[in-house]
Amino acid sequence: MTLLDVQDLSVAFVRRGEAAVRAVDGVSFTVDAGQVVGLVGESGCGKSVTSLAIMGLLPRRGVELGGKAVFDGTDLFGLAPRDMRDVRGKDVAMIFQDPLSSLNPVIPIGLQVTEVLKRHRGMKGDAAGREAADLLDRVGIPDPKRRLKEYPHQLSGGMRQRALIAMAVACRPRLLIADEPTTALDVTIQAQILELLKDLVHEFGTALIMITHDLGVVAGMCDTVNVLYSGRIIETAARRPLFAAPLHPYTHGLLGSIPRLDALESEPLTPIRGSVRDALPWASGCAFQPRCDRPVEACVGAPPELDATFTGHEYRCVNPVRHSND
Amino acid sequence: MPETLLSVRGLKVHFPIRRGVIFDRTVGHVYAVDGVDLDVPRGGTYGLVGESGCGKSTLGRALLRLNPVTDGQVVFDGVDVAALKGETLRKARRRMQMIFQDPMSSLDPRQNVESILTEGLVAHGIGDSAAERRNRVVETLDAVGLPRWAMSRYPHEFSGGQRQRIGIARALVLGPDLIVADEPVSALDVSIQAQVINLLADLQRELGLTYLVIAHDLAVVRHISDTVGVMYLGGLVEEASSRALYAEPLHPYTRALMSAVPVPDPEVEDRRERILLRGDLPSPANPPTGCRFRTRCPWVQATRCDTERPALTEIKPGHKVACHWTKEIASGEITVNR
Repeated sequence: MTLLDVQDLSVAFVRRGEAAVRAVDGVSFTVDAGQVVGLVGESGCGKSVTSLAIMGLLPRRGVELGGKAVFDGTDLFGLAPRDMRDVRGKDVAMIFQDPLSSLNPVIPIGLQVTEVLKRHRGMKGDAAGREAADLLDRVGIPDPKRRLKEYPHQLSGGMRQRALIAMAVACRPRLLIADEPTTALDVTIQAQILELLKDLVHEFGTALIMITHDLGVVAGMCDTVNVLYSGRIIETAARRPLFAAPLHPYTHGLLGSIPRLDALESEPLTPIRGSVRDALPWASGCAFQPRCDRPVEACVGAPPELDATFTGHEYRCVNPVRHSND
Repeated sequence: MPETLLSVRGLKVHFPIRRGVIFDRTVGHVYAVDGVDLDVPRGGTYGLVGESGCGKSTLGRALLRLNPVTDGQVVFDGVDVAALKGETLRKARRRMQMIFQDPMSSLDPRQNVESILTEGLVAHGIGDSAAERRNRVVETLDAVGLPRWAMSRYPHEFSGGQRQRIGIARALVLGPDLIVADEPVSALDVSIQAQVINLLADLQRELGLTYLVIAHDLAVVRHISDTVGVMYLGGLVEEASSRALYAEPLHPYTRALMSAVPVPDPEVEDRRERILLRGDLPSPANPPTGCRFRTRCPWVQATRCDTERPALTEIKPGHKVACHWTKEIASGEITVNR
């Protein structure tokens, strides 16, 4: 069952006297209940802006928002701010990259967790406190009663991220958006947090949108992966076909530029040349063309359409990478 | 066996914790680096991995005396750098240079690239005339893959990857023997990381540089290093050739670390068993007694672990481990006790 249907989402930042910056340019994808969907890309590809748009967290001024985000039959963009506040934190919740800057430094953890419970579940006083302790316990924070009285700076990075996850799942949201949830953490702590997220998805049937630049995290977590480049989705596939046979040269290039811990010999890396700054505007062709190692004449002129193989592997390229076993 | 360029013996860096307003009392120490021995051969690459707070950056900075050294020796090409002072230390630094993690905060935003690169040359009296120094700057920029026009530009005009190239050029222009690179690629996008990693490898081949690379990313370190040292809470727990370390990690911490690194391959990810560590890194101001890893070790034993600090001992040629129970764990005699 489709839980979230993002249709033709576009976000442009406009400033008077300057050309509009199109951060997201016609992004469409769906998320089914209980599914883990990945949004992958490098800095500036629009992955975070996409999530902020869905959550209704972009500023109203200076932003042109287009398209739809239909959550369980309702277009979130059409909701009044007060109705959106009822959805946000209750049905749709979000976890941010840096837990220290998303927690209020002068309020104890306990109050921040119970705030959600009071606002959305109408709980009061002791009951809310007990539920908060329960939540912290469930996300693996030892001695939760004491932790509730502490301030964010007294917790370690991993603990803070756990506290944030506890707040996000406090109302059993049906959709959880995690924006680089483990980027600020060490690998052993990252493994703990990813395991926790997997358990939550499993236990509550929560759908999860996983936003990350780390293809390793994607390989272990996501059912479906959307690769973004310069504000558009350039490839969509289930994770196994995506990693086994990436069709877009960008995805292919990304996989070739990551040193792998399990490689037998350290093979030379094959980086993608240039940087994200070299992108063409989509209107005049493929944005990736200046960095691509398979350019053809048709790359410039008209923007490439999203094409699909018969297995449902979608790609936006006129000269996709061929794999010998096709 | 190539000659050893850098040899570190019993290096300790302790930072005092001070309290009090009028009387400046020292109430304790942060044991950031607590007894590290390592050797780097000329032309080789030594990779230092560990999680945040393990002391790897402090160690790297102490080698160049950017941090005070509490105790121990840092012998660079026959000279103990830890004992140098004043002018002799300043001169020694020409041959030991550093590449920093974040090029945006380590390059002066108000200096153009030419001025950034020339500053070191003037300070060390390299080149007789401005023209000669300019030539040297152009050559260095060319070596790191930056165009000539970059000289008159300022750091903010470059992308992240280009800025890191400027940082590398800044270190390289003095003609150093040793480069300490502290997280040289972690601030960069994946596609740019590979460019910089390849550049570092090319420069090493051409110029015969010796590297000490500090990083938290095990895959990056394994890719560029000959020898890898794993640090935990101020000390080395394992040291081996990068191939041996991956093929057969022996220390419990290394095993946990390796099992936690995500691999971009669903087949591998689905098959593998994670060794999940409990809890967080203990405070380096108050490290556990005995083995420092014992509070999180899945193989911890009732005896020895809490009383005796294991020394880094050679188990196989070139493979050193600091654990009392290496053999028993490897043979399966001791299993994970949960």
